[in-house]
Amino acid sequence: MSNRLSTLSKTASVNQIINFSCVDGPGSRLVIFLQGCNYNCKNCHNPHTIDRCDSCGDCIEHCPTQALIMTSTGGKNTIRWNSDLCSECDTCLAVCPRQSSPKTRKYNVDQLLEVIREQNPFISGITVSGGEASLQLHFVSALFQAIKTSDELQHLSCMIDSNGSLSELGWQKLLPYIDGAMIDLKAWQQETHRYITGRDNHKVFRSLKLLSQHNKLYEVRLLQIPGVTDFESEIDALASFLTQLPCETRIKLNAFQHHGVTGEALTWQTCSKDNIERLASQLTARGVKPIILPKVYI
Amino acid sequence: MTLQEKLALIVRDSRLSPKQKSNYLALEADSSLPYLSISEAVTQAKSTGIICDMFEGNAPFKPRYVLPDYAKFLQQGSDYLELQAAQDLDEALNALTIIYHHVPSVTNIPVYLGQLDEILMPFVDGLDEELIYRKIKLFWIMLDRTLPDAFMHVNIGPSDNIICRTILRVDAELKQIAPNLTFMYDPDITPDALLQVAASNICECSKPHIANYPIHKNAYDKQGFGIVSCYNSLPLAGGANTLVRLNLKEVALKADNIEGFFSQTLPHYCQLTYELIEARSKFLHQESHFFDSFLVKEGLIEEQRFAPMFGIYGMAEAVNILLGNPELSEVASEKPSKHYGHNKVANDLGHRISAALDSIVKSTPVTYGYHGRALLHSQGGISLDIDVTPGVRIPYGTEPDPISHIRALAAHHQYYTSGISDILTIDETVKSNPEAMYQLCKGALSLGFREFTANVASNDLVRVTGYMIKLSDIANFKQQGSRTNTTGLGAEAAANTGILNRKPRVTSHEQSPVYAK
Repeated sequence: MSNRLSTLSKTASVNQIINFSCVDGPGSRLVIFLQGCNYNCKNCHNPHTIDRCDSCGDCIEHCPTQALIMTSTGGKNTIRWNSDLCSECDTCLAVCPRQSSPKTRKYNVDQLLEVIREQNPFISGITVSGGEASLQLHFVSALFQAIKTSDELQHLSCMIDSNGSLSELGWQKLLPYIDGAMIDLKAWQQETHRYITGRDNHKVFRSLKLLSQHNKLYEVRLLQIPGVTDFESEIDALASFLTQLPCETRIKLNAFQHHGVTGEALTWQTCSKDNIERLASQLTARGVKPIILPKVYI
Repeated sequence: MTLQEKLALIVRDSRLSPKQKSNYLALEADSSLPYLSISEAVTQAKSTGIICDMFEGNAPFKPRYVLPDYAKFLQQGSDYLELQAAQDLDEALNALTIIYHHVPSVTNIPVYLGQLDEILMPFVDGLDEELIYRKIKLFWIMLDRTLPDAFMHVNIGPSDNIICRTILRVDAELKQIAPNLTFMYDPDITPDALLQVAASNICECSKPHIANYPIHKNAYDKQGFGIVSCYNSLPLAGGANTLVRLNLKEVALKADNIEGFFSQTLPHYCQLTYELIEARSKFLHQESHFFDSFLVKEGLIEEQRFAPMFGIYGMAEAVNILLGNPELSEVASEKPSKHYGHNKVANDLGHRISAALDSIVKSTPVTYGYHGRALLHSQGGISLDIDVTPGVRIPYGTEPDPISHIRALAAHHQYYTSGISDILTIDETVKSNPEAMYQLCKGALSLGFREFTANVASNDLVRVTGYMIKLSDIANFKQQGSRTNTTGLGAEAAANTGILNRKPRVTSHEQSPVYAK
C-alpha cells in the first residue's frame, strides 16, 4: 500500500505528448516529452524544454487569448495553462526570460497510464524523451514499472531517449523496466562536448558502456554539425569505439538543421545530404554498422 | 464550344494516343444523346452541382463496375470465348488475360481482376517459388502495359499463400501504378508476419490498401464480394449498375439550421438522388441489352447482384457550414479548432449525418438493387471537384496526427457498405520503420476502419483517391502526354485540387469524365 501511495504521489512535468512517432524507437510510439534538461546545448531545437518554468508570470500579459493565468495555492504562485483557449502562437516562449515553457502539465502515473491505454491499439511502445527524461528518474521508473506489471500494457516496449548523463546508480533503477535506450553522443572530444553542451561527456561514455553490457543500448545518435562536431576529425577513434558496441545497436546519423534553433547556432552551417553521406561512408569503411541515415533534410 | 469543335480538338490533340482519342470521342458521342427522362427538380439539382451522375453517359449501356466470378470462369472455360477449362498456371493466366478484355466498366476496361491468389492457387502444385515469381512478374507487367488504368484492381488475402506473397513481392519490386491492389486482413486468418510484409509494401510504393475482411464479408452473402476500382466494395458476380452522388456541402448550404437539414433538406435531396438512380439503372437494365451478354449467359455475373451506389461527398464542408465554422486554412491546422476532424462536436455531427444517410439508404427500395436496395458509398471525388472534400475525409492540409485522424473518422466506416476511403498521409520517416505502419493499420482496423489506406510522403508513386500516379509522370505529362490514362487525371487533379500541396496528399477521382484541353 505504501508503495502504491508513493507511486501515485509522483508527478512529472510534461511538455508534450505525441500520439504517433516513427523516429523514436521501434514501431509506432507514443512519446512523452518531459520538461527540463541539465545540458544547455547551443544547437538545441527545443530550447523551451530546457528550463523549468518558475512561474514568474512575465508571459501572462503577452498571451493574446488569456490562456495563461496565475493561481495561488498555500501562498505559492503557479501559472495555469488553459489548452482550450491556447492558440499555440508561442508568444509566451518568445517573451520568457528563461526561454522556458509555461505550457507544461503535471501528470501522475495513473493519469499517464490512462493516456497510454487509450492509444494502446495503435502503438508498439512508449518512449520518454525531453528535455532530459532521466532527470525525472523516479517518475519514469514508476511509470515503466506500472506498464510492465499491467496485463493489458506489458507488451508495450519502454524506451528512454537520453543525453546519457544519468549516473550508474540511476541506470540500475531503470534497467529492470526499460527495453532500450537511445543515447546522444554529441561530440567525441571533451572540449568539443563542453563547447556544445556546457558539460563533460565522460558520463555519456559510461552510460553507453553500461547499457551495452546489459543489452539495452538500442541506438546511438550522432548529430553532425559541419565545422562544429568532431566526428570527422576523430573518425578512427569514433569508429573503433562504435564497432565495439553490440552489433544490433543502431548508429543513427542526424543532420543539423536550423529548425527551432536560437542564438549562436543559427550562424552554424546546416548539414547537407552529401555531408552526412560522407560521414556514413567513412564509418562504414571502418566497419561500423548498421548505420541509419536521415530520411528528410529540412 | 460546339460538339464538332470539341471532336476536332480531340482528334488533333498531340498528347493523346489513338486509343485515348477513341475513348474521348465515344464519351462525347454518349454525352450528345438526349438525357434520360427526369423531373425538373432533378435536372435543376444536377445542373447546380447538388447531385452528380459522375458523367457516366446520358444513356448508360454498361454498368459502372462489373465483378465477374473468375473462379467459375477458370473452372468451366467459356463457349463465347472458345476456351476450355484451365489446366495449369499458364492456361489460367492466359485465359484471364483474354477475358479481361471483354469485361466492361465505366472506364471501358475492367476495374476488377479477381481475388487472384484464391483463384490461381489451384494451379500452383508442383511449381517452385522462382518459376511462380517469373510467371506472375510477366503477368503483372502485361497488366500494366495493356490495361493502362489504375482503376483495375486485384484482391489478395486474407490467407497466407504463395501467390499472395509473390504478388506482394512483385508489386513492391515493379512499383507500377497498375494494377491497384487490396490486401484482405482477417485477424483470425492472416498471420501478423504477412500483414507486416503488406505494411512494408505501403512504405515502398503506397500499395496495397488493407481491407478489414470480416467487416466486408459480413456485409454480403456467402457468394462473396470484391474490392474494385478505388475503394468500392461490391457483390461478387455482380457489381454497381450506377453511381450517383450527393454533394453534402451544397445540401448544407440549402438548410436553415441543423434540425432543418435532418428533417427536410437532406431527405429531399436524397429523394431526388433516388429518382436519378432509378432513371439510370432502369435504362441500363431494360433498354441497353447489357444483361444479354455472355457474362450473364455463362453465369459469370447475375443481374440481381447489381446495385446502385448512393455516393456522398463534402461531409467536412457540410459539418462546418451547419456549425457556422469559418473555412479552416492549412496554416491553422495544428491549432485547437472547432472544425470537422478536430473537434468532438463537429465529428459527432458528421457521424449523425452518416447514420441518417444509412437509415435512408437501408429503408428506400430501388427497382434494381442488392436485396432491393442501393449501397451507401463515401465517394472519393473527381478531379473537377473544387473546394469540396471527397467523401467524409478531413480536408487536405488540415489533417491532425494519424491516430487522431483515425479516431475522428472511424465511426463513419460502419455505414458505408460499398466503400469508404480515408487516406492517411504518413511522414516519410516511416520508411525506415515499417512496423509503425503495421501497428497503425492494426489499430485502425481494430477501431472499425473498413479499409486502411496510406500514402507515404516522398514516394514517387502516390495515390490519387484509389488510383496511383507517378509524380514524375505528372511532371512530364504537360509536354509529352502519357501512355497511362490515369496520369492525365492525376495531372488535372494536381492542378485543380491541390493534391500535391504541403503534405503530399490525395484527392479522389474515379473517372475523368470529360475531355479538357
